[in-house]
Amino acid sequence: MIATHLPILQVVIPLMAAPLCLLLRRPRLCWALSLAVSVIALVIALLLLGRALSEGPISYALGNWSPPWGIEYRVDVVNAFMLIIIAAIGTIVQIFAPRSISHEILPSQHTLFYTLYLLFLSGLLGVTITGDTFNVYVFLEISALSTYALIALGRDRRALTAAFRYLVLGSIGATFILIGIGLMYMMTGTLNMADMAQRLQPMLDSRTALAALAFLGVGLTLKLALFPLHIWLPDAYTYAPTVVTVLMGVVTKVWIYVFLRFAFTIWGQEFVFTEMHLQDLLVPLSLIGMLAASTAAIFQRNVKRMLAYSSVAQIGYMMLGVSFVSQTGLSGTIVHLFNHALLQAALFMALGAMLLRVGSPLLDDLRGIGRQMPWTMAAFVLGGLGLIGVPLTVGFISKWYFILAALEKGWWLVASLILLTSLLAVIYIWRVVEVAYFQQPDPNTTPVKEAPLSMQLPIWVLIMSILFFGISTKWTAGLAERAAAWLFGGGP
Amino acid sequence: MIEPLHPALILLLGSLLLPLLPNGYRKVLLLALPVASFVNLLGIEAGMQWTISIAGFDVEVLRTDKLSLLFGYLFHLAAFLSALFAFGLQDRVQQTSGLMYAGAAVLAVFAGDLIVLFVGWELLALTSVFQIWARRNERARGAGMRYLMIHISSGLLLLVGTAFHYEQTGSLGFGPMALDDPAAYLILLAFGIKCAFPLLHNWLIDAYPEATPTGAVFLSAFTTKVAIYALARSFAGVEALIWVGAIMTVFPIFYAMIENDLRRVLGYSMINQLGFMVVGVGLGEGMGVNGAVAHAFTDVIFKGLLFMSMGAVLFRTGHINGSDLGGLYKSMPITTGLCIVGAASISAFPLFSGFVSKTMVMAAAVDQGHLWVWLILLFASAGVLHHAGIKIPFFAFFAHDSGIRCKEAPSHMLVAMGLAAALCVLIGSFPQFLYSLLPYPVTYEPYTTTHILTQLQLLLFSVLGFTLLQVFKLYPPELRAINLDSDFLYRRLFPGVVQTMVRIGTPVRDQVSIATKRWLNHLIIIIKRLHTPDGILSRTWLTNSSVQIILLLLSIYLLYYLLQRLP
Repeated sequence: MIATHLPILQVVIPLMAAPLCLLLRRPRLCWALSLAVSVIALVIALLLLGRALSEGPISYALGNWSPPWGIEYRVDVVNAFMLIIIAAIGTIVQIFAPRSISHEILPSQHTLFYTLYLLFLSGLLGVTITGDTFNVYVFLEISALSTYALIALGRDRRALTAAFRYLVLGSIGATFILIGIGLMYMMTGTLNMADMAQRLQPMLDSRTALAALAFLGVGLTLKLALFPLHIWLPDAYTYAPTVVTVLMGVVTKVWIYVFLRFAFTIWGQEFVFTEMHLQDLLVPLSLIGMLAASTAAIFQRNVKRMLAYSSVAQIGYMMLGVSFVSQTGLSGTIVHLFNHALLQAALFMALGAMLLRVGSPLLDDLRGIGRQMPWTMAAFVLGGLGLIGVPLTVGFISKWYFILAALEKGWWLVASLILLTSLLAVIYIWRVVEVAYFQQPDPNTTPVKEAPLSMQLPIWVLIMSILFFGISTKWTAGLAERAAAWLFGGGP
Repeated sequence: MIEPLHPALILLLGSLLLPLLPNGYRKVLLLALPVASFVNLLGIEAGMQWTISIAGFDVEVLRTDKLSLLFGYLFHLAAFLSALFAFGLQDRVQQTSGLMYAGAAVLAVFAGDLIVLFVGWELLALTSVFQIWARRNERARGAGMRYLMIHISSGLLLLVGTAFHYEQTGSLGFGPMALDDPAAYLILLAFGIKCAFPLLHNWLIDAYPEATPTGAVFLSAFTTKVAIYALARSFAGVEALIWVGAIMTVFPIFYAMIENDLRRVLGYSMINQLGFMVVGVGLGEGMGVNGAVAHAFTDVIFKGLLFMSMGAVLFRTGHINGSDLGGLYKSMPITTGLCIVGAASISAFPLFSGFVSKTMVMAAAVDQGHLWVWLILLFASAGVLHHAGIKIPFFAFFAHDSGIRCKEAPSHMLVAMGLAAALCVLIGSFPQFLYSLLPYPVTYEPYTTTHILTQLQLLLFSVLGFTLLQVFKLYPPELRAINLDSDFLYRRLFPGVVQTMVRIGTPVRDQVSIATKRWLNHLIIIIKRLHTPDGILSRTWLTNSSVQIILLLLSIYLLYYLLQRLP
């Protein structure tokens, strides 16, 4: 009985838990609630993936209104995979959160943090699971509004301006997406994705279709922070509390998923790539993004900001993978959604653990930290190796796909640029390693302790998965290849 | 019957355990792991192939034949001896990385395809560098950094070569390769760097003497021998290698003669010994490869013994320059005796291990009619006796009395050296056991009258030469000086030449170079200006300019789509 309602439970449980959290008020209870909700969401996501794998796409009609009229939730391999990423990172973050926010968020706002987190979670899960375009916009706003507030929880006062700037830009992005959806609704008279996909085909010659595609393109690449629309990202990542930064890493990935959904499922790759040659716009933007952001990362003095730029570069990789318009490239993008979620969570969390002890993410203040917090720094180094793409880590798997896809197309220059940006990653990771291991700490500061177990545990779980999925790729790359094939098949 | 594990697994995983244990257990485990791993290795037979699937790729993690098994046994022996020598050590870093280093070597020799070889290859570099850094001073840090860069580059060459090879042949197999395409040359270059080919050898001379006393023992055993194995596996019978090897046997002799740092002398003699092996590989299947492999086997033991004895000296006295040492036989009589056994082995005295392997390479050269090569090797053998056989023990333990009085080496070091010395004598006296392990059937008989007489004549006259030079004070004195090697090329000469050319070049060229420099400077300034935290690509944007960018992009998208529609 419950099994048939899993798709809606996936979204409704966190949505209902959010106000409950506000009523509970006590931070510890709120924490227990949001951890429980995250775990439940993860379990549901796993069950959904299992069903999507064995029975094919699941369609769930909300309130029994059958699809083209009512809202439909639709789960296939692609978004089931994405649901797992969201719920898994959410769960890990919740284990990590209590100690981390004890330092980074005012105690009076802890309840607020958990409430916002639950709203955020339901927003992202909703965007991912829904089969209805307007529903995408609704959940977009839920997740976005909670994100703005979450960023503003940061104790640095610059968090406020960062949140405000993101609010303005994010709203423009959301509006553009809404305009795009509106134009599509105008043409087809439907909001259901599958239905829309069919009805759009005869309309593709119209100017309206072009305008819709342009608005969606700008809106989505703004939300997913593709260069040069990444400008909101570095500040937001830097000044948000670390846990929020980790969560925001998932946001960009969800928007990459939505991009795939719109490009492949609704518009169809035939129109978007073969006819409109969107890839010719995306490839240069992705490449410049990879290069410029990696170079910018090298010059940062704030490690958190450095990682933020590295994330921008990684988004470049993922969009590059899409713009190969090949199954290999798309598999690379999808597997990197997962792999980079692990990597950036591990790195930001390790940095968060250092922040708890040292109180500053500046490179100069992390001198000699490798000897004072050996475990945390070791985790950071392993995560960094993953980011570089060293074999036996997940980063290698993704890069392998991207390079393979580039060579398939015969784009030698692109393949060598991928390798070049990996070298840039070596440089910026090495800067941290050098400071942490080879420089003496400032004698005026007191030595710090290793991070507490409640932080070490989630970090090392992530590191172990980085290594595990770097070796055994059956579940990640295998699924990604299935998902890519599914998208390429144009399945609804 | 328990299924054997992958031979590198126990060492690699076991070494990860080490840092977690308290010191006492760590020491014991450091000794126990090579033994356990060896017992496991005994369960593995020739002709096995294990393939696992990673990311849809079939990776051959294990391929055994007599060649790889021999190196497997050898590396376990070396790991055990080095660990025993390092038993007194309390440094987690050195213990862990040392054992992992041995594991990487084992992984590399059992690699069935080039990908696994590459992993082992890079792991060798990454783990071994800690044996140098563990010295924890500025010189060691610099040397380790240079060492690491060169070895990582070697690994990258191997990877690129592998990619080309795969592209051309569709196979990743690690087997014999014909030297007829760029892939094979790249791979040979990668092997050559690790094997210290002439002009690619500087890392060895640069880095090994900077390692810790125990680290040098680890280093001497694995890296270069893996390279010899790889050469024997892929390029056996390539004629060019004969000459490369011959050059390697000769040129270090002169450097070794005037070098003062005794471990650096050993470094040069190592290149010289590697030369014999490379010649053997070049001579090809049969006696050539047999000789090369046998020599690798004996070399690991006696070179290890020599590095151990010098390590013990350095450990006790803190000095390693010939000019600072001397007269130590009074303080360290056992070390002296054991060092002499090592010296006799490297000089290939009959009844010592070097004799049964080195003469095999030389006999193979004669058999194939390479008279000149044989003469060069003969000369080189005499040279070895000089710098390694006599110079090392003479300047460290005898010569003028430096007045240093210290304790005899610690007992675990003595035991390690004693075992190595015993092996030297055993193999030298009863070579049949070693011969039975060799990849090809052995018909060679070392102890014939001709062999012994030739060798003894050579050695005795060589000793006579040294004595006469000493008596007439003609032997190059041990000076506190730095010898220029071919790293002079890249450290001084090339930059110097370029600068001179720029300076005396025509004004036009001057202008060009200034312009280039200026242009480069500008480029760097531009990159910096763009990307530093205040740069345009890295600063916090004002909201209104961000919005302008969004609008610009929207118009680009719209225009772009419209253009697509135009016929």
